[in-house]
Amino acid sequence: MTNRIAQAFERKKDGLLNIYFTAGYPTLEATGPLIETLAAAGADLIEIGMPFSDPLADGPVIQQSSTVALRNGMTLPTLFAQLRGIRQRVPDVPLLLMGYLNPVLQFGMERFCQEAAAVGVDGVILPDLPLVEYEEQYQELFRRYNLRPVFLITPQTAPERIRRIDDLTESFLYLVSGPGTTGSGATQAEGVQEAYFQRIAAMNLRNPRLIGFGIADKASFDRACGYAEGAIIGSALIRALEGQQDAPAAATKFVASILK
Amino acid sequence: MTDTNQFQPNARGYYGEFGGAFIPEMLYPNVEELRDQYLSILADADFQRDFQGLLRDYVGRPTPLFEAKRLSAKYNTRIFLKREDLCHTGAHKINNTVGQILLARRLGKHRIIAETGAGQHGVATATVCALMGMECVVYMGEVDMERQKPNVYRMRLLGAEVRPATSGSRTLKDATNEAIRDWISNPVDTHYIIGSVVGPHPYPDLVARLQAVISEEIRKQLLEKTGSELPNYVVACVGGGSNAAGAFYHFLNEPSVQLIAVEAAGHGINSGHSAATSVLGTAGIIHGSRTLLMQDEHGQITEPYSLSAGLDYPGIGPLHAHLGTTGRARFVSIEDEQALRAVAELSRLEGIIPALETAHALAALEQLGAGPDDVVVLNLSGRGDKDLETYLKYADKLTK
Repeated sequence: MTNRIAQAFERKKDGLLNIYFTAGYPTLEATGPLIETLAAAGADLIEIGMPFSDPLADGPVIQQSSTVALRNGMTLPTLFAQLRGIRQRVPDVPLLLMGYLNPVLQFGMERFCQEAAAVGVDGVILPDLPLVEYEEQYQELFRRYNLRPVFLITPQTAPERIRRIDDLTESFLYLVSGPGTTGSGATQAEGVQEAYFQRIAAMNLRNPRLIGFGIADKASFDRACGYAEGAIIGSALIRALEGQQDAPAAATKFVASILK
Repeated sequence: MTDTNQFQPNARGYYGEFGGAFIPEMLYPNVEELRDQYLSILADADFQRDFQGLLRDYVGRPTPLFEAKRLSAKYNTRIFLKREDLCHTGAHKINNTVGQILLARRLGKHRIIAETGAGQHGVATATVCALMGMECVVYMGEVDMERQKPNVYRMRLLGAEVRPATSGSRTLKDATNEAIRDWISNPVDTHYIIGSVVGPHPYPDLVARLQAVISEEIRKQLLEKTGSELPNYVVACVGGGSNAAGAFYHFLNEPSVQLIAVEAAGHGINSGHSAATSVLGTAGIIHGSRTLLMQDEHGQITEPYSLSAGLDYPGIGPLHAHLGTTGRARFVSIEDEQALRAVAELSRLEGIIPALETAHALAALEQLGAGPDDVVVLNLSGRGDKDLETYLKYADKLTK
């Protein structure tokens, strides 16, 4: 079965920009306009953050955007309502939902997959969904709705586990750049990060790779793209949206600064 | 006292439907290492020699089992207090930190992080880090730092760095989030000493095993004092549930022993300001574990409330969720004011000032239904020194 994520990696072999934003931030109604703007500005993939009260893997910037989004009233039913019809306006750019397991479980995993597929979502990233639980409980469901899971790989992930993640994946591998939560500038001794990226590249994995965490500007984006098919930016966009009246305009400007 | 039974977690860390390890990949290697090694380390003769030696000579174990005769007369039953308040640092928390610091050394870690609510676990962690000469960072909610000031000073005096958690309700849940984020950022050299029977597998089992010394001693002491190892009731307060897990552990397979878990109802179960998870909670995932937690219909974790910083947590450990849903333990909720009255009662009847957390367990005595021939063991998990400021503030309610 075809999927927009696979198509995006067929269209473009390198320098792919995957942009994350938190649904419902900075305003409740910003979700749809931001997706359209990011797609038009040149994002190759878009991750829509589902805000959670206790985002363990996120740094202060995404935590804060999640708090604001929840205060604005963002919920999964609201998000799916906002995404209805999005494929008429953004036909090709892959959309992924990213968030934590608990709100999805309360919504119901099957209902979640059904609604996601219905609005044209292509992939799902749930960092606290264990691999083994996915395999045993949800893999069939994801397949039935043609949703592609994305799993994280870190510098500490053992090679055999990377192989297993690669086997379970039909989209891309999310390479966490270094130790830390989202938005942290990975502080590692020079050469350590390169060695890690090169080690993964040398494994000749089935799936393309995108590097995320701490990618904040054109320099870090270009550098990451030297080791993988592309990179993921989240916190830096959220920072650029903070306090902006016109979120789509700020997003356009931000993406332009990366792709210039 | 068997090891393989329905109250032990399976290989994946599930107690019935509760438990597991719902953690981001960044934590996987750490948690896997711990999971693969904790049982063999705990069983190791050298570890046991060090652990038992420190429990005896440093913590001051065994702690007494004291027959509280005036309290017994008041409730017309026979009440024994397990004096965990007499442990070094003033609460049961140090049983776990002594064990985990020895474990951390065997795992080759040299930096320790911890979360704390009332500050007792933070102090117990800072204490063993000082003892072992290890770096120590304790995360504590800003609100809790204010209401448990003496413990903040104690941690600093012991050489620990206390970092305020400023997100959310700025209490125990948020301190735990921050500690987990620290661990994500320092995956190689750091061990996270979780203070309760919460978190991803194997933590709930690890902490329960380290606290099990409480019920191991109770059985021996009760045999000496009453001629039977088995009481009719064991009563303990539950935030995450570590002192209750320790007090229940060796009675889990003794169906004649009623296990009473006491939660904090705050201003009242239906007041919107409560921490009574077994009543208000539903199944979900918090801090890497599938358990009962307080959440809204959209799966957002709600802010708990209790005057007691140690019980102010929106979840309970997966073991307790299992004990509650299977009916093995009975859950009781106690409001702030009832707990405060119990503080005054124990102080005046027995000359023991309990911690506010422990006072919730004491306040449950009147709901127990214990008769004159029954034996009740109440786990006196901590002493009240840290709460004096709170007790002063509510002096009128204490004595009313």
